[in-house]
Amino acid sequence: MRLTGKVFIFGNNIDTDVIIPGRYLVTSEAEELARYCFEDIRPGFGRRAGVKGSIILAGENFGSGSSREHAPLAIKGAGIKCVLAKSFSRIFLRNAINIGLPIAEVSQIDGFSEGDEITVDFTKGAVRNNRTKEIFKITSLPEFIQKIMKSGGWLNYINNFILRGAR
Amino acid sequence: MKKEMTITEKILARKLGREVEPGEFLLLEVDVGLGNDITAPLAIKEFQKYGGRKVFNPDKIVLVLDHFTPNKDIKSAQQSKLVRCFAQEQGIKKFFDEGRGGIEHVLLPEEGLIKPGDLVVGADSHTCTYGALGALAVGVGSTDLAGVFLCGQVWLRVPETIKIELVGNLREYVSGKDIVLKILSIIGVDGANYKVLEFGGDGVKKISMDSRFTISNMAVEAGAKTGVFPVDDKTVEYCQERGIRPVEIIADPAPNYAKEIKLNLDDLDLQVAYPYLPSKGKDIQEAAKEKIEIDQVVIGSCTNGRMEDLRMAASILKGGRVYRKTRCIIIPGSQQVYYQALKEGLIEIFVKSDCVIAPPTCGPCLGGHMGVVAEGEKVVATTNRNFVGRMGHPRSEIYLASPAVAAASALKGYICGPQSI
Ligand code: SF4
Repeated sequence: MRLTGKVFIFGNNIDTDVIIPGRYLVTSEAEELARYCFEDIRPGFGRRAGVKGSIILAGENFGSGSSREHAPLAIKGAGIKCVLAKSFSRIFLRNAINIGLPIAEVSQIDGFSEGDEITVDFTKGAVRNNRTKEIFKITSLPEFIQKIMKSGGWLNYINNFILRGAR
Repeated sequence: MKKEMTITEKILARKLGREVEPGEFLLLEVDVGLGNDITAPLAIKEFQKYGGRKVFNPDKIVLVLDHFTPNKDIKSAQQSKLVRCFAQEQGIKKFFDEGRGGIEHVLLPEEGLIKPGDLVVGADSHTCTYGALGALAVGVGSTDLAGVFLCGQVWLRVPETIKIELVGNLREYVSGKDIVLKILSIIGVDGANYKVLEFGGDGVKKISMDSRFTISNMAVEAGAKTGVFPVDDKTVEYCQERGIRPVEIIADPAPNYAKEIKLNLDDLDLQVAYPYLPSKGKDIQEAAKEKIEIDQVVIGSCTNGRMEDLRMAASILKGGRVYRKTRCIIIPGSQQVYYQALKEGLIEIFVKSDCVIAPPTCGPCLGGHMGVVAEGEKVVATTNRNFVGRMGHPRSEIYLASPAVAAASALKGYICGPQSI
């Protein structure tokens, strides 16, 4: 799988309250949540043109804090193609896998500037900065996780592999 | 030779009937699947979208309305209604509506719904609270809960364990909150990412159940999968009071820990975590010097909304008045806690000292309602997160502390410990 898009760069410890503030959790509609994505650190981000089709690049511990799946949903709903970070918080990683939002850990984020166009190649385990032509490593996901991702998320996996024939 | 196991490995081995290795992926039957008024609606929607008609096992599902209840607006009322109807149509008996429940992580242990050795998955990050009972309790997302609705199972990666060895005795006023804030300031907000914090050592024996819940509750603030305590006399007593005959799960003497950290409780002072991370803890001595003026104090939440917490707060507030420029909100964690506090005369103390008593709800903890703060306001809260915008305006500030520090600060109007009263 290959994805290309412009990058938005975020720092370390971007928590789920920042990704989607608690006060907007009165809905679970991805499109509506997307409007307030990153509202408290980048007001208006979720309503901006150019977010759709982009890629997020962040530092350590992306998605820390609450288990709200509304966080990866808001990101997915905003049309963001994938999230690369130096590391992810556990529940965010889990939720992203479960809802089928592509994510990967990247070796470093210093070689990128906001707005650079990048290409993420999940099969090759690499990300290319198309401006500087530099290539960086991304870690590949364990086989089990890949199987969930390939099924299109956890519930598809359940239907395909656990409940098959049971219903 | 038999493998020496951590508490987590023992729980998993017990379930599977074989040994497990960190890093292994498992499909497991859950004992309890939990959802609330924020996370359950999404799970219900997904469950239905993927063809679910009847939930796999209604008796293993617990649903609690606690985040925006009593509902703050039409949208949150719709969410609650959705969960309420689902519980009814699916025959889920462990459904807790307002007036009959409280904050999920105070409520479930109190109701005897969690047993040592259980695998609990909750669509709420503070599900780790139940680790205090020697359960493997893991916060997950809504899709995971939908998965439990569909097939009763969850996927898990066997985590590595960090051992926290507690030794010595707690000083006066020092409690579980100070222990966990201190640990967070040592290991950081991602210091235990993907791992389990396991508590052990002689010091554990002296830590009350309520304080253990507080400690396990904030394990997730270090990124941990959960925070687990061994089952000892205190756990057994707690379980027996609720009609549970517990299995005694303790770690083997020398399992393979990823890391071991020792904390001497004799040296531990009251802690205050500065904005905007729970790991930014300072000793109260230092914090008090800064005389940070406080607009609001919140005593409650799934971290510190239990009897020990309210008793501590009341003992400090008794006979005093909240400083005239400060507001103080007290939130009993559950209906039971509320009633007990009432019987013990604590509510009277709070009212007389000018506190607001909120119904058992998450309320201001996540900036939902009942105590949302304005720009520039400073708060001392006994909650678990002080992220940007957590309690309201992005330019407000939250200082996390124990009920002792919160109550003392409410009286003085600035951050201080009970020694200053
Ligand atoms: S009290 Fe706060 S941390 Fe606990 S469940 Fe409610 S919102 Fe979450």
